[in-house]
Amino acid sequence: MSSDVAFPGEASLAPTPHEAPRVIRVSHLGKQYQLGARARYRTLREALVDSAKGIARSIGRGRTRRSVERFWALDDVSFDVAQGDVVGIVGRNGSGKSTLLKILSRIVEPTRGTVDLEGRVGSLLEVGTGFHPDLTGRENVFLSGAILGMRRTEIEKKFDEIVEFAEVERFIDTQVKHYSSGMYMRLAFSVAAHLEPDVLVVDEVLAVGDAAFQKKCLGKMGTVARHGRTVLFVSHNMGAVVSLCSRALLLQSGRLVLESDPITVAARYQATLTAAPTSTTDLAGAEHYGSGKARFVSLRFVPERRDGSTREMMCPGSRLRVETRIVCSAPIDSANVGITVYDASGYRLVDANTAMQGRFVSMKPGDEARVDFALDDVRLKPGTYLVGLWMGRSNVEDIDGILYAATLEVEPDPHQLQHSEQFPGSYLCAFKHSVVISTPAGDVAPPGVRDEPGQRSAAGVSR
Amino acid sequence: MPNAAVGFRDRRAGIESAAGNAADFQPRWTDLNGAWSGSGSSDSRFPIPYFRIPYFPIPYFRRRVQRLRSPSPVTHTSIRPHTLRIEPTRGWVALRLGEVVAYRELLYFLVWRDLKVRYKQTILGVAWAVLQPLLTMLVFALFFGRLARVPSDGVPYPLFAYTALVPWTFFATGLTLASNSLVGSANLITKVYFPRLTIPLATVLAGLVDFALAFPVLFGLMWWNGVAPTAQVVWLPVFIALAFATALGVGLWLSALNVEFRDVRHVVPFLTQLWMFATPIAYPSSLLPEKWRTLYALNPMVGVVEGFRWALLGTATRPGPMIVVSGAAALALLIGGAFFFRRMERTFADVV
Repeated sequence: MSSDVAFPGEASLAPTPHEAPRVIRVSHLGKQYQLGARARYRTLREALVDSAKGIARSIGRGRTRRSVERFWALDDVSFDVAQGDVVGIVGRNGSGKSTLLKILSRIVEPTRGTVDLEGRVGSLLEVGTGFHPDLTGRENVFLSGAILGMRRTEIEKKFDEIVEFAEVERFIDTQVKHYSSGMYMRLAFSVAAHLEPDVLVVDEVLAVGDAAFQKKCLGKMGTVARHGRTVLFVSHNMGAVVSLCSRALLLQSGRLVLESDPITVAARYQATLTAAPTSTTDLAGAEHYGSGKARFVSLRFVPERRDGSTREMMCPGSRLRVETRIVCSAPIDSANVGITVYDASGYRLVDANTAMQGRFVSMKPGDEARVDFALDDVRLKPGTYLVGLWMGRSNVEDIDGILYAATLEVEPDPHQLQHSEQFPGSYLCAFKHSVVISTPAGDVAPPGVRDEPGQRSAAGVSR
Repeated sequence: MPNAAVGFRDRRAGIESAAGNAADFQPRWTDLNGAWSGSGSSDSRFPIPYFRIPYFPIPYFRRRVQRLRSPSPVTHTSIRPHTLRIEPTRGWVALRLGEVVAYRELLYFLVWRDLKVRYKQTILGVAWAVLQPLLTMLVFALFFGRLARVPSDGVPYPLFAYTALVPWTFFATGLTLASNSLVGSANLITKVYFPRLTIPLATVLAGLVDFALAFPVLFGLMWWNGVAPTAQVVWLPVFIALAFATALGVGLWLSALNVEFRDVRHVVPFLTQLWMFATPIAYPSSLLPEKWRTLYALNPMVGVVEGFRWALLGTATRPGPMIVVSGAAALALLIGGAFFFRRMERTFADVV
């Protein structure tokens, strides 16, 4: 209902079967918080002083009006969820996602508006709700299950499944305080994953455990989603949102700004993320090494499309222009300028420098130079990378260097998200390749299958 | 489905150390010591003696009956009513006790957790439940009974004091633990919904188990002193209920206040100490002039203690009007506390 009103053009994109009964109806929901220390604990003395002031004020006509800063963590949010919908809730930190989930799971009360819920709601806002370190794994399964709203008989029935899923069979009668953090998380998630409410509210609990377990968790979520249960799912992982959800909501500073299919929402969300890629990093305060005859003063990343137009975010396979500015203080002659890309853990991935192109930089004191690198088809997987700068003469001297000058964020391409499964590893690559097939029948080469040597294969690109 | 009770039966051990000389009273609280003997039968997944506990047989049977009566899937698969409206509330709101009943399994698990955790990593385990009032009684008997020669209504002083100390210990621990219960459960309150009333309620209920352990010692002491319980003993459950209502009532007030005003933490030890002197534990209320006693009984614990002495020891003090006044005061505390709690409840998750 409200979705149609808010975005008439996009409502048709949502795959919601409109015949399905609405199980969640949110209308004009708002939650106000007070800012500052006032909102936290008060002492009795403060409360007494406040009420005394209140009386004084009512007598003295508002002489000392205490200015309490208030803000709306959630402001006039309306949407409906039909039975069987898997709705992703997307937004930057502080956009009101968690507040929304907390209201839906009845933990906090809204300041305004109403929510109508049909059926039993189970909320997973945290992994390990109700776990007690002094109790054994077995005991915690029952305790946590009960706290999450499961019946004892229900827990008993699923107990083996829970333990098996968590892979902690051997330690089930050990106190969980002796568990490794991975085991603890697995058991905790496993209990939660076996909750079977009509409406499941999940807040980013997938970020637990090792890669294998995360995959298992995502699989579980997918199963839940396919079984026709209604799920509300908050995540920063656009891949998960796109692959699991049938619809998505984008929240921005407490307001619902977009309600549409997950791909559209993911694309818009990524566009709202920091405009960092095109911003300039000032290197004056950076940690330089080298002789200092010349210094890098700034660094700027400009992601570009294939046609050379600037785009707002860096995606795998786009072009990247790295612009550096250098100021010289002592004469330098035929120096090599280079950039190095490291992964988030500092592992060196790729280099580019002027010497490779047979170009060198010579400068006189007072000169200012710009060295721009145009990197074509940057095959870096989505993630955070570090970029280092160096200028000098190989094996002779370091003129200036900055180990990690700036970070480069590579975002997943929204148009490829629906296929993207996160593979471990550091970068995507493409090889020039040709194929020779030898069978008794000889090399059969139907036209168009074999790549011409030297031509990039299109097949290896998306993965 | 494996029968949970079977597994538990094998694990009976160590109760003698817990309940002392009360061998005739056999609550199967073995797992409270954290030491299950032997492996237990492996066919039971359920670690908890759910319907073997003498104090909680009711919910299990109740549920069975309910299931027979209503085949509708809604009643037993969903904990809350089918359609629910979430909206801002103002002022005083309904108690919604039905919801607390619906969450009785959670209540049970919280009580069980409280007990289990409280005696984890202790050498004496549940024996502490008996030792606390017993040692206090010894100190009282020495200083007030022997040295100060405080009158004791014709009953041997140690028995006189212990009869009061058993309900008092229940009250004081229940009050102290309940007042911290919400703040201590902040991690639950901010992450999952359930009726918040269950938290202090579970704490006080857990105290009732300690009470049940310390209580048989009282009979032992009566037997030792040659005091036979009178027929008035049938009234005892009333006084236990009164003590429970008082502890819960005060606990509700303090726990809700503690969420917003952490001063409560400092007030509670002081409060219990003062309250103890305002209650006839070390002295009989017959020391007070007759006309003041009704006023005195506004402290509900006066009614509880005098009631205990009257029911068990047959002391001469006729507690009639005192009981009525105490009962009214306790009820006012409890009902007021419950509504106050519900009123404060809406901000718990925001403030705690």
